[in-house]
Amino acid sequence: MRIALFATCLADTLFPEAAKATVLLLERLGHEVVFPFEQTCCGQMHVNTGYQKEALPLIKRYVRTFEPYDVIVAPSGSCVGSIRHQHSMVAAKHGEAGLAARASAVGERTYELSELLIDVLKIEDVGAFYPHKVTYHPTCHSLRMTRVGDKPLRLLRQVRGLDLVELPAADQCCGFGGTFALKNAETSTAMLADKMTNIVSTGADVCSAGDASCLMHIGGGLSRLRTGVRTVHLAEILASTES
Amino acid sequence: MTTFLGMPATAPRGVGNLRGEQTFPEAAHEALANSQMRRNLRHATTTIRGKSGKVIAELPDWQALRDAGSAIKADVMSRLPDLLLELEQKVTDAGGVVHWAADANEANAIVTRLVRETGSDRVIKVKSMATQEIGLNEALEEAGIAPVETDLAELIVQLGHDKPSHILVPAIHRNRSEIREIFLREMPGVDPALTDDPPVLAAAARKYLRETFLSTKVAVSGANFAVAETGTLAVVESEGNGRMCLTLPDTLITVMGIEKVVPTWQDLEVFLQLLPRASTGERMNPYTTMWTGVTPGDGPQNFHLILLDNGRSAVLADEVGRSALHCIRCSACLNVCPVYERAGGHSYGSVYPGPIGAVLSPQLTGIEDNASLPYASSLCGACFDACPVKIDIPSLLVHLRDKAPHPRSERAAMAAAAWLMDKPKMYASAQRAAKLARIAGRRGRGLPPPLSGWTAGRDLPEFPSQTFRDWWAAR
Ligand code: SF4
Repeated sequence: MRIALFATCLADTLFPEAAKATVLLLERLGHEVVFPFEQTCCGQMHVNTGYQKEALPLIKRYVRTFEPYDVIVAPSGSCVGSIRHQHSMVAAKHGEAGLAARASAVGERTYELSELLIDVLKIEDVGAFYPHKVTYHPTCHSLRMTRVGDKPLRLLRQVRGLDLVELPAADQCCGFGGTFALKNAETSTAMLADKMTNIVSTGADVCSAGDASCLMHIGGGLSRLRTGVRTVHLAEILASTES
Repeated sequence: MTTFLGMPATAPRGVGNLRGEQTFPEAAHEALANSQMRRNLRHATTTIRGKSGKVIAELPDWQALRDAGSAIKADVMSRLPDLLLELEQKVTDAGGVVHWAADANEANAIVTRLVRETGSDRVIKVKSMATQEIGLNEALEEAGIAPVETDLAELIVQLGHDKPSHILVPAIHRNRSEIREIFLREMPGVDPALTDDPPVLAAAARKYLRETFLSTKVAVSGANFAVAETGTLAVVESEGNGRMCLTLPDTLITVMGIEKVVPTWQDLEVFLQLLPRASTGERMNPYTTMWTGVTPGDGPQNFHLILLDNGRSAVLADEVGRSALHCIRCSACLNVCPVYERAGGHSYGSVYPGPIGAVLSPQLTGIEDNASLPYASSLCGACFDACPVKIDIPSLLVHLRDKAPHPRSERAAMAAAAWLMDKPKMYASAQRAAKLARIAGRRGRGLPPPLSGWTAGRDLPEFPSQTFRDWWAAR
C-alpha cells in the first residue's frame, strides 16, 4: 500500500526518531511510504490556544498537501484528532464550506499509527523485538478525541521480549495540554508529578505513548528527577527488531 | 427602520459571585501550596468518582439516556421564550406569582422586597447555585435580613465565612476536624464537648437547624427543574433539609435560572435518572420535592418564582456557547477534572468551578472579565465523557479561547509561527536555526517567560542532530 506520512511539526523538529521509526516499520511490512515536503503543521496549537484565523492557512496547507493520497498516517493521536475534528469545524466557522467538506474527507483518511496497523493493514503482530519492561500512557487525545481504544496495547502485547506493565490511573492527563503547560505551569507540573509517581511505581524502565508531545512533557519531568525511566514513542518500539 | 435592540446584557459587575479577584494561574498558585486542601479534594473526588462509575455501569441504556438528556436540552434552548411564557402562565394559574429579573441586582431587590413584606428578619435557605451566583445572602444581610443556610455543607461554608468550592459539596475542601472547629466557634448553642465524629457533627447541625426551621416563616430556594406544562417546580437533595424549607414556612421564594425549564413531566423522567447517578453516585436522590403554585391549607401559602436571566440570554445568543446552558449542575465534570483536583474550586473565582465553570462563568460575565478561565484546562476531555447531558466542554473551551482577549506578545508570536509554518522551505531553515540557538543556550535553563514555566519543573529535550525532513532528503 502507498501511505503518505504526516510527520507532525514536533516529530519532524524534535523527535525525528518517531517519524523515522514509522517509515522503517511500514517499509518493513512491505508498504511504500511517501513524505510530501509541502507539509508543516496541523495547526492544533493555534486552534487550541485561541487562534483559529491564524490556523486557517495551516489547515488549507494540510488539506492541499494530503488530498492526493488515499491513506495518511501520523505518529500522533493528538494531531490526528485535531485533523479529524477541528479542521472542518474551523473551516466552517470561517465561512469556508468547501474547505470544510474537503477537510473532513481528508480527515477520514488520516490515521493514527495503531489505527493504521490494526484497522487498515489488519496486522497486530508487526514482528517487533524489544526486551524491556514497558508501561504505556494512553494520552488524552488518543483516548478521548481520536478514540484509538486499546489498539496500542494490542500491538505491544505481540512484541517479543517486551514485559508490559499496567500504569495506575493510566487515563489521567499528564498535564501537558499544549500551551496549558506554559499558561498554567504550576497546575501542569502538579499533574505531571502524579503521573511520574505512577510511572515509577510500575518499576518499568520505559514509558511509552503514541504522542511525542506528552512524551516530551513526561520525559522532561522524569529527566529532571533523574528517575532513570526513559520515554520511547510507540513507533520506535514497534520498529525495533532483533538484529 | 431597524428593530435591533442590541445584544443581551451580561451579568453586571459589583454584585454576585461570578468574578474572582485573581486570574486562574494566580489563584491556583495559592491553592497548590495548600497540601491539606489538595488531600481533602483528592480523597473526596476519588470517592465520588468510584461510586458514580459503579452505579452508572448498572444501566444498560446510560448512553441513550445521555442522548435523550442532550436532545431535550437542545430543544429547550431552541424555544426558551415560549416555554418560559407557558411556565409563567401555569404558575400564575396555580396561585403563584412570577417575577422576571434581568440581572442579579433586580433579583436581589425583588427577594428583599418580598421578605420585607412578610415582616420577617430571617429566611431559611435551600442550597441553591442561583442565589449564590447573585450574592443574595450578602444583599439580604445588607438589608438587615439574616439568611440561614440549611444544607449541611453550605452551612459549614456560611459559618466558616468561607466560599463554596464545589457545586454539590460546597465544603469539599474541609475535613472533619476543621468542621468541628468552625461549629465550636460559630454555631449558636453548640455543645462545647463536640467531637469530630461525623454523626456527632451532623447531630449538632441538626439540632441547630430544627430550631431554625420551626421558627422561620420565609424560605428561599433555587430549583433544579421547572415543568412548563403544569407550572411545577422541583428540588432534588439528599438531606431532607430542603424538604423542610419547602414545606414548613408560610412564604416560599424560588430563584431560578431561566435555563432550568423543561417542557413536560416525561422529560423529568430522563433527568431524574441522569442527575443522581452522575452526581452523588446514587441510584435515586433521597428527596425530590415538587410543588405547583399554592395548595390551600398545605405547605407555603405564598409562592413567588423569580426567573433570573443574569447573562443567560447572552449565552443563548451564541450558537456554540449556548450548550453550556444545558448543564444540570451535577458536578460530574468537576469530580473527573485533573485541573480541578489540583487547583481546587476557589481558583475559578466564581460559584461555578471546574470545567463547567470555565465555560459558563466567562460567558455570563462577558469573556473580558474571566479571560483566564477558558485556559484553565488541559483539554483532556474527561469532562465531556462524564457529562450526563453530553456537553462538549473541550470544544466550548476552544471556542471561547478564540474569543478571549489575547496578550499582544502572544498574538505576535502565534501569527509569526503560523506565517512561517505556511512556508515549508523557510520553516525547514528555521528548524535548523532553532537547533543552533539551543546549542548556544544549553538545555534551556534560564529561558524567559512563558518558557521559564516549562523549565521550572521539566527539562527540555535535546535538539536532534538532524530533523526528520533532512533525514528523509538525505536517504
Ligand atoms: S457540565 Fe455536565 S457534568 Fe458538568 S455539572 Fe453540568 S451537567 Fe454535570
